Amino acid sequence: MSADLATYNFAYLDEQTKRMIRRAILKAIAIPGYQVPFASREMPMPYGWGTGGVQVTAAIIGPDDVLKVIDQGADDTTNAVSIRAFFQKVASVAVTTHTKDATIIQTRHRIPEQKLTEGQVLVYQVPIPEPLRFLEPRETETRKMHALEEYGLMHVKLYEDIAHNGRISKTYAYPVKVDGRYVMDPSPTPKFDNPKMHMSDALQLFGAGREKRIYAVPPHTEVVSLDFEDHPFEIQTFEQDCALCGAHGVYLDEVVLDDQGGRMFVCSDTDHCEDRRDHGHVGEMLAPNKEAAE
Amino acid sequence: MYVAVKGGEAAITNAHALLADRRRGDRSLPALTIEQIAEQLGLAVDRVMAEASLYDRSLAALAVRQSRGDLIEAIFLLRAYRTTLPRFGSSVPVDTAAMKVERRVSATYKDLPGGQLLGPTFDYTHRLLDPSLLTDEAIADPARKEASGDEIMRVSDILAHEGLIEPDGDLPDDHAAGDLTREPLEFPMGRDLRLQALARGDEGFLLALGYSTQRGYGRNHPFVGEIRIGEVEVEMDMPELGFPVSLGRIQLTECQMINQFKGSSIAPPQFTRGYGLVFGQSERKAMSMSLVDRALRAEELGEDITAPAQDEEFVISHSDNVQATGFVEHLKLPHYVDFQAELAMVRKMRADIEATRHADTEMKDAAE
Repeated sequence: MSADLATYNFAYLDEQTKRMIRRAILKAIAIPGYQVPFASREMPMPYGWGTGGVQVTAAIIGPDDVLKVIDQGADDTTNAVSIRAFFQKVASVAVTTHTKDATIIQTRHRIPEQKLTEGQVLVYQVPIPEPLRFLEPRETETRKMHALEEYGLMHVKLYEDIAHNGRISKTYAYPVKVDGRYVMDPSPTPKFDNPKMHMSDALQLFGAGREKRIYAVPPHTEVVSLDFEDHPFEIQTFEQDCALCGAHGVYLDEVVLDDQGGRMFVCSDTDHCEDRRDHGHVGEMLAPNKEAAE
Repeated sequence: MYVAVKGGEAAITNAHALLADRRRGDRSLPALTIEQIAEQLGLAVDRVMAEASLYDRSLAALAVRQSRGDLIEAIFLLRAYRTTLPRFGSSVPVDTAAMKVERRVSATYKDLPGGQLLGPTFDYTHRLLDPSLLTDEAIADPARKEASGDEIMRVSDILAHEGLIEPDGDLPDDHAAGDLTREPLEFPMGRDLRLQALARGDEGFLLALGYSTQRGYGRNHPFVGEIRIGEVEVEMDMPELGFPVSLGRIQLTECQMINQFKGSSIAPPQFTRGYGLVFGQSERKAMSMSLVDRALRAEELGEDITAPAQDEEFVISHSDNVQATGFVEHLKLPHYVDFQAELAMVRKMRADIEATRHADTEMKDAAE
């Protein structure tokens, strides 16, 4: 057993592997929404915990990059902390929690509230890249369906949903059509975030490690959520504002306060919330004269 | 007052410190050594090497210790290390006919050239807990016999002599064996990739699938032609030298399953093959692998595909325990953003139903 057991290359992956992943990324950018098979490596974190996103980030990150990692919109969720610590360890890269300061943002389940800008890269962790998977479990079939642009099954599924529930009841991982060609899974982000993908200034990369697929939405690309004329796509709305920063029209988390049905709603994007509070915005919960008013 | 859940970093560090503490256990007891694990828990080490696809006893033993004996975790540790190693070439095919055999049994012949050798097996032990193992009693040296040095012929060669078994299949000379750890997985696969996937597949999953074929889900009438366990030489061609050079010896378990086949329009009735080859000593794995390998050849042999064990995409997509455990266990990661979306949807749908019911009652009241 050698003593140099734990010496690794910059950003963990060897350069050959990075080159292989970059080739897949380039192909993905060239064919927006198309799932490019790649020889996903075993990473030192479990499959299903962001290995695809981590491989994409490892392949594109350089010493000058500034990395932000979020999970559920928050920088301080345990898996985000763990992935950020991984890149600090293997790439000694600068990290931030501020959306605007980051050059690469790796995310699970959310797109930041703040509009992304040119030059930024959003890396999504994807569990099941195939939007047609739950309609057809076989990869050999779904690849054929994409090749033939045979998306009737998906529309039938959405129609059946309306027939059963009076509405399209899909609330996250809501399928989109990219650049008028490929139907794509936006990863399990709430459909609230779908419009942010459309014509984004940032490059969006999607990595699915266990399923060995990479796909991409280049900047300024059309991303349309599937719908029907009489049942147009709608995003979630919240009746409340954020209890901490008073933000309206953002995605909120419900926090249970007691066992009497008490609950509050706060921003899911923690950086956005903190930034607003730093700028003097105050929500109901933090209002100074709250008790006096009661 | 709500406090945002901060301090994930400190929590993780503390959790890992506690893990290290539990791993070590009672400090008044001596710590396990890597050598002890490699020597005395050899079959656990073998399983880790086999499913991690990395033949290194001491690293596998280290992984077993580090994982507190959780073998899938140990396999994962060793795989994550393996993936960082450079690939400098492929060996020439190992010759299992030249194996230094420690165990060799055939269920199809009573006696055969080379004989039946039981070797170190649990077979025919009575599964009674052995109190002598509570202490460190001296163990007598086993009986040994001088190896004859002759190659022990394969049972499949006996049948092949008469043309009763299908040929082993020919590959073109320039065929480079695939490697699913380096190339993207695509279906349908070649048999080389399929066998690689099975060789590193989960023992329990393959055992269950193999068992299912015996119980009628894709039955393929198997006989154990031969199981052999022993050491083989690994050689590699060196272009500079023009001849293969030995890299060392590894222990392997090989199983050749012989299956009935009634023949088809292209092939006369003859026996067919299912093949299993595993690092170390693992008969259960090698036998399961050969049953599933044969089941997965259904399409090639023109058989009806009716059972899970015959379905390549199903079997290969789900045989990897590191992938499976990762994805199953990722369910414990936070999903509250999506759950929030579902909560809102369910509330809205319930409110709609409530509103409709209310309107109905009002109409009824008005009518009365």
